[in-house]
This record gives sequence, structure tokens and C-alpha cells, in this order.
Amino acid sequence: MNVRSLFFAQYRDFASADEIDVELPDGASVADLVVRLRRGEGGLSRLPASPVVAVNMDYAPHSTALREGDEVAFIPPVAGG
Amino acid sequence: MPAAYAAVTAEPIDAARLLGDSLSPDDGAALLFWGVVRNQNEGRAVSHLEYHAYAEMAERTMHRIGEEAIARFGVGDVRVVHRVGRLDVGEASVAIAVASPHRAEAYEASRYVIEELKRRVPVWKREGYVDGESEWVPGFSAAAESDGRPT
Repeated sequence: MNVRSLFFAQYRDFASADEIDVELPDGASVADLVVRLRRGEGGLSRLPASPVVAVNMDYAPHSTALREGDEVAFIPPVAGG
Repeated sequence: MPAAYAAVTAEPIDAARLLGDSLSPDDGAALLFWGVVRNQNEGRAVSHLEYHAYAEMAERTMHRIGEEAIARFGVGDVRVVHRVGRLDVGEASVAIAVASPHRAEAYEASRYVIEELKRRVPVWKREGYVDGESEWVPGFSAAAESDGRPT
């Protein structure tokens, strides 16, 4: 299955991209996606081991099972206001 | 029926309009929280801020916070607008209008919305200093929300 990973602020700097499509085996979880991204050659190895994520715009634990077409956003510490 | 409204915008925020739009004939007061860019942070002179957002999720989350405030405090409309892009010192980055039949609830609801916004809404800012450098402002880890929403 294919999921969209979105990056913002510092994490966008690490990824050098706003978004990356990732192909994962069926049944993969957020945790599997994090491992895959951090293992890459590029700056994403600098992602924290346990980053805050939102799946389809809701904060979600790393145990969340992913589905085809899900949008997984990596959320650095927020600083609105 | 009181309603929540939320928006992320690159345009300057119109305070009078936000306040006016929040009011219904049931209300006896409206409060405006007006958050602005200040000229220093932790001893460094700031020239501007650059706000970034996960706009769609930020709007959803601000809308949800507004609905929570209405349910929790029994206020009227809650309207929240967050700016993105480059903002100079003195410009408003966030505005919250809370209309209410009575003032006490309006103050509580306004405080609730700004505190929750700072904890949960996916917005980031890069601080530009007078000396030409810039840095991401350290933020609040929304981790508490990732394993179960706060009550």
C-alpha cells in the first residue's frame, strides 16, 4: 500500500520535501513507517525515534494500523499563537 | 445555536469584523484575544516571525477547540483565526473572539481556547532576528495528545 508522509517546520528541513510517498507492506503501522523513514540515507535519519504524528489529521499513536492512501503528518513541537 | 468558526489565513486579521460576526442577539458581551508579534524573545531582538501551518488540520483542530469551549462554558459563538506567512512586530498572529450572554464565561472560554491552541494546533514559527539570523521557535510537544486526547 501507498501512504503519504507530510513534513513541517524542522522536519521539513530534514526531509528537504513537503511530502514523500512511501510504499509499505499491508498491515504496516505508523511505527513501521517511522522506522522506514529514519533508516533512509537523507536527513530523515534525524527524525526523533518517537515523533508525534497525525493520521488523516488526528493525532494518533504509533500502534495505529495504516491503510492505502492514508495521510501521515509528522508534527514537530507546535508553537502557534 | 452557538457555533465555532476557525480559519488559517495569509491576510491581515480584521478584529472588528471577527468580533461583530461572533455576536448574536442572545449575547451581552464579546471578548477579543489579540496575539501580536513582539520585538524581543529571551533577550534577542526580533524583527519578524514567519508562521507555518498544517492548514487543514489547524483549522479542524481550532474548530474542535471552539466547540469544546462552547460545550464547556456555555458561551455563544467562538471564532478563531490564525495568520501564516511573514509577520512584522505589532502584527496580529492570532485572534479569538468569544461572544457570550455573560462576561465570566467569556473570559474562561477565551483563556481555554488560547491555551489549547498553543498545545494542540499544528502551527510553527521561525523567528527572524535583527542581526539577520533566524531559528525555529521551540514549541510544545503535542505528544500527550498522540496517545489519548486530554479531557
